[in-house]
Amino acid sequence: MWRQLRHDRAALIGFLLLALFLTMALTAPLFADKSELRAIAGRDNPDLHPPNSEFWLGTDELGRDVFALVLWGARVSLYIGFLATVVAVVIGSVLGLIAGYARGWISRVMLAIDDFFLVLPFIPLAIVLALLLGRSPTIMALVIGGTFWAGGSRLIRAQVLSLRERGYVERSTALGASSRHIISRHVLPGVAPLIIANASLIVPGAILAESTLAFLGLGDRFSPSWGKVLDGAQRSGALTQNAWWYYLPPGLCIIGVVLAFTLIGNALERVFDPRLLGR
Amino acid sequence: MNRRLFIRKLIDAIVLLAMVLVFNFFLFRVVDRDPLARYRGRSKLSPEQRAAIIKRFGLDGSKWDQFVTYMSRTVRGDFGRSFDSTKPVRQEILDALPNTLLLVGISTVLTIGIGLWIGIRAGWRRGSSFDKVTTPATMALYGTPEFFLGMLFLAFLGARLGWFPTGGVSDPAADYTGFAAVIDRARHLVLPVATLTLGYLGSYSLVMRTSMLDTLREDYLTTARAKGLRDHDVMRRHAVPNALLPSVSLIAIGFGFIIGGAITTETVFSYPGLGLETYEAIGNNDLPMMQALFMFSSIAVIVFNIFADVVLTFLDPRIRVGT
Repeated sequence: MWRQLRHDRAALIGFLLLALFLTMALTAPLFADKSELRAIAGRDNPDLHPPNSEFWLGTDELGRDVFALVLWGARVSLYIGFLATVVAVVIGSVLGLIAGYARGWISRVMLAIDDFFLVLPFIPLAIVLALLLGRSPTIMALVIGGTFWAGGSRLIRAQVLSLRERGYVERSTALGASSRHIISRHVLPGVAPLIIANASLIVPGAILAESTLAFLGLGDRFSPSWGKVLDGAQRSGALTQNAWWYYLPPGLCIIGVVLAFTLIGNALERVFDPRLLGR
Repeated sequence: MNRRLFIRKLIDAIVLLAMVLVFNFFLFRVVDRDPLARYRGRSKLSPEQRAAIIKRFGLDGSKWDQFVTYMSRTVRGDFGRSFDSTKPVRQEILDALPNTLLLVGISTVLTIGIGLWIGIRAGWRRGSSFDKVTTPATMALYGTPEFFLGMLFLAFLGARLGWFPTGGVSDPAADYTGFAAVIDRARHLVLPVATLTLGYLGSYSLVMRTSMLDTLREDYLTTARAKGLRDHDVMRRHAVPNALLPSVSLIAIGFGFIIGGAITTETVFSYPGLGLETYEAIGNNDLPMMQALFMFSSIAVIVFNIFADVVLTFLDPRIRVGT
């Protein structure tokens, strides 16, 4: 699998971009202390000042260093993206496995729940949950993960349905193997690649969703994500005052990280599903 | 169309609608224990006022009583009053609805039309210069949050170059009538429509392209070519109709995302529709407003889904005969 990925140029670009953002997220405390994010931190600095040697990316409307905001934003955005994905993948896999493996009414109820969550408009639902439950990064990740699993569960269900018709699974059933044995030895290994490829495509969705919610005012003031920085730029009038250093960096970071995961996810799909080669 | 199938789809949709109503109650009354905790000025309320408000918002009695009150009010179209403006929620929503219908309507048609067109062309001539330009471009657009796109449009095309107005639906300073008023409104629509359209066409074009590539391998295309059909006719009559099928179900799901996109787009351009109402409801903790907005966006998506299902049965004879 790695050999194939190494020769995939798109995947290589994706991994390099991802490495860049991970470095940003991990080294943020080395460049700027967390206290620099507080509203009061910029009181002695010029407001909405263009980039110079002291502030590489200028300052925001409160005089805070935009470079520090963007570095710490990487931490928050990636944390929420990853945690939300774990939540979505766990819920989606468990429900998908049950829906695919169970027969009768359990399967029908699961399918109805799945349909329901697939059809609910995602952003309005996440807005309502975030409004009711709170805004800390961890709660945000739970809200996004808790609303993002339906597509994955559908994929996994389909795969389980096709797996259980295969000869070796039928043979195992005929020999009297327990459901537990069949799921852990035959079904899970069969769906695992799908789960991994699906997860790498959920991460960018979750990061986009977080930035959308933060942009709409549902972000955490004390740990600003990239979306929250954009929210600040929008509210402070940075757009009409031509303060490009304030809104371009966080926006480009969101695009970069989403692109990185999409490239990696598509490459993983190609590895696991050779039919897709040459697209 | 198969009558029995249509009735089954209709029942499915009614079940979904009922689930939305129940879920909406569950969210705002069970997940959220004390809806009044967000009522502005609650600390200054006298006990009598508090009791009156509890009654007015249908918060008295057991959860079951509340559920019955909620259902009967909702079915009658009574969604309570906004915490913020204290006007009836129904009024607020009806006032904002036309602007959103205009924005979302135009954008949806453009997104689907342009997205599918790009996907068909890029897929049919894979590796052509058209494909080489549009595929990375649509991937980049797909990864761009639509509100960031909107902010760029606003900053450069609006504020810096001054080509288009930066917000609202019409120029409040000028008093246009007739044709001039139409032009003014259209100018205010350009940037929001461009934002929403470009922000969401990527998913359509990418799926359509993949679907075209799948169709290209089918034997019936070889047959069609062998019959001596012109390349264009092979594409139009044989490849496109078959490749469209997966995209139609995407159209329905994608519509839910466009509704989400309308919220941020209206926010960026201060465009007074349901999206801006949502943004304001978040800022004001306006739960009755939020509850109704969530319900309406869910219903819109479900209705759109029924529509897509009907279209699909017309396109795909396999569904029509019920196999």
